[in-house]
Amino acid sequence: MALVLSEEQELLRQTARELIQSRAPVAALRALRDKDSPDGFSRELWRELAELGWCGITVPEELGGAGLGQLELGILLEECGRTLAATPLVSTVLLGANALLLGGSEAQQKDELPAIARGERILALALQEGVRHAPYQVALRAERAAGGFALRGEKRFVQDGHVADRIVVAARAAGAPGERGGLALFLVDARAPGLRALKTELVDARNAAQLRFDGVQVPASAALGEVGKGAEILDPLLDRAAAGQAAELLGLAQAAFERTLDYLKTRVQFGVPIGSFQALKHRAAQLYVALELTRSAVLEALQALDEGSARAPQLASAAKALASDTAARVCNEAVQMHGGIGVTDEEDIGLYLKRARVAQRSFGDASFHRDRHAALSGY
Amino acid sequence: MADLESFRAELRDWLERHCPPSMREPADLEKDAYWGGRRDSHPNPEARAWCAAMASRGFTAPTWPRAYGGGGLSREEARVLEQELRRLSARPPLASIGIQMLGPLILEVGSEAQKREHIPAMVRGEIRWCQGYSEPGAGSDLASLQTRCEDRGDHFVVNGQKIWTSYANHADMIFCLVRTDPRLPKHEGISFVLIDMDQPGVRTSPIRLISGSSPFCQTFFDDARAEKRNLIGPWNGGWGLAKRLLQFERQSIGAGISRSVRRETPLPEIAKRYCGERDGRVADPLIRDRLASWQIRQHALESTIRRSQDEARAGQAVGTASSIFKLCGSELNQEKFELLVEMLGVQGLGWEGEGFEAEELAATRGWLRSKANTIEGGSSEVQLNIIGKRVLGLPD
Repeated sequence: MALVLSEEQELLRQTARELIQSRAPVAALRALRDKDSPDGFSRELWRELAELGWCGITVPEELGGAGLGQLELGILLEECGRTLAATPLVSTVLLGANALLLGGSEAQQKDELPAIARGERILALALQEGVRHAPYQVALRAERAAGGFALRGEKRFVQDGHVADRIVVAARAAGAPGERGGLALFLVDARAPGLRALKTELVDARNAAQLRFDGVQVPASAALGEVGKGAEILDPLLDRAAAGQAAELLGLAQAAFERTLDYLKTRVQFGVPIGSFQALKHRAAQLYVALELTRSAVLEALQALDEGSARAPQLASAAKALASDTAARVCNEAVQMHGGIGVTDEEDIGLYLKRARVAQRSFGDASFHRDRHAALSGY
Repeated sequence: MADLESFRAELRDWLERHCPPSMREPADLEKDAYWGGRRDSHPNPEARAWCAAMASRGFTAPTWPRAYGGGGLSREEARVLEQELRRLSARPPLASIGIQMLGPLILEVGSEAQKREHIPAMVRGEIRWCQGYSEPGAGSDLASLQTRCEDRGDHFVVNGQKIWTSYANHADMIFCLVRTDPRLPKHEGISFVLIDMDQPGVRTSPIRLISGSSPFCQTFFDDARAEKRNLIGPWNGGWGLAKRLLQFERQSIGAGISRSVRRETPLPEIAKRYCGERDGRVADPLIRDRLASWQIRQHALESTIRRSQDEARAGQAVGTASSIFKLCGSELNQEKFELLVEMLGVQGLGWEGEGFEAEELAATRGWLRSKANTIEGGSSEVQLNIIGKRVLGLPD
């Protein structure tokens, strides 16, 4: 497949960019943060995005969506990354909708996907329990109870966990933490008795929560796919999550780089623009090269996912690893090159650094994904 | 489509009849290459025959015009030729600096007479070329070159010295950048001249590298003679031609580096063999992590090369792609050899002789040779300058 966007995809990118720049510039994130918004995102903006087809971009047409793929979603995520736009796009569309598309029954898909497409339902994925992404380190138990299961345990780092209407929770029905077998995914109502969400304030001013499950009752029909075989849905879901998150990181890093380039051209010291200093020129050129390589890796991963290629997991890990490292490098250099104002809260560049840090850690950092890439490559 | 397929069928049949058996085995590109030339002394007569056969159809320069001995093929037909050659694992019939760099330039700016004199002989491998650009005092600052070319009425006289001329000691002709007017600003007083190597006024001397022997030479011009008809382009108009030709060179270095990677034992296998294996994984976690990091970036570079070609084909705007490839490709190649030599432990320290496998010695030599990758063909510092200025628009 050619590593280019089709005309439609280019058009999608352009309209998405214009929209997000006008409706969710960086100032919008600041406003949410400074007003201590309890929701942590603008419901009005989410409704607007729903009307434009964003929420249902991957939902099949017969269920009210656009029926497009991970690449189109990746384009939207990248554009959101450029302005640090705070929306439930990752939690609800990248994670929630994909979980349903990969493992939901016909009934579950019919119940949830149209509402998601209309922007009327927020989903969250509750997976992580330790301090690092470790998909099979699930200790939260699914114990057999009358009519279904009782969920007992804790989750952390759940994006949009406190505003979600439904939680897709990874639980252990059998086996020990660390084992791939014995996992189960359940679709849980956020208002279920025994479920408590604690909103956490992370450095990036975006939504994350800790969840506590105190014997939360779920019917057997709430399971996504087969109980005990949850990894079969989780694995491909996390491939999509890694690639989609890499797309956001790419947009974030690209925008941080462009801002820095602007600064190099306009900031004058010693009577000249600082961009005329060779040391800074060389460092900027190196960042440019890193961004170009990252763009190729992200595009290739998203295409491979949509093609159902056997290499998709490897490519998704490569994309997430590279995008994580590139974003870290670009943002660190960006702050440095902005000089004194770079470390002020007033300047936007610090917000990029902070969001990059959180996004690097989401769904596996560079180290995790290098390890996974090596394992998938046979060494 | 039908035409292409009947071309393929005819080609397949012709190749079957004309590609000698020893030409159907993978070759060590350095040792087995056939270069042609007046002093051709290749040990394998089948190599000469293979070149002659391919040249008779112009397949040594597939897309060049038939009028000058080229194959006259379209891009699609040339791709078919490439595929059919790969299918046979056929070796390239002719290694040629002339075809790679000089020919495209002469076809672009040369006179009709120059095309007729030089292109057919180049295509047939009868004349072997070398490149005279750098001088001891003119490397990155190539425009400061001093080799002098004076007009003596019915011919030119050349005095000076070139360095890093690959295979000058085997070449028949050299294409040379010379100073033709020292009074003009340095970029404006340069001409592009073709000089016969086989004359008393031209002497070569090979250069030994930290990695051992190399094809590089110094070339000395002592009242050497050049024919007037061998001035390419206008008098004092050589700098523009030099830049154009450097683009052809940079493309071929990038392609060469990625080609040479394929024939060796994959790094993960070497890592397991020399660093140990545990549960199917490389036992040393640091080596394993560095290897994964390298592989990810190496693949991303290859995808970026492909993406740039796809974008160009789709008519989408393309950046200064060649600088990225040269910069990245050379650095990744060095990183690969650093990793490799490290994996081999003391077996990566051998110079020659007993106690070392051929592949181990090659790794050590390759590690040393790779140090030049970031210097030759436009150093990394120059590439970064180009990206900073032309791609990013940063001010002078």
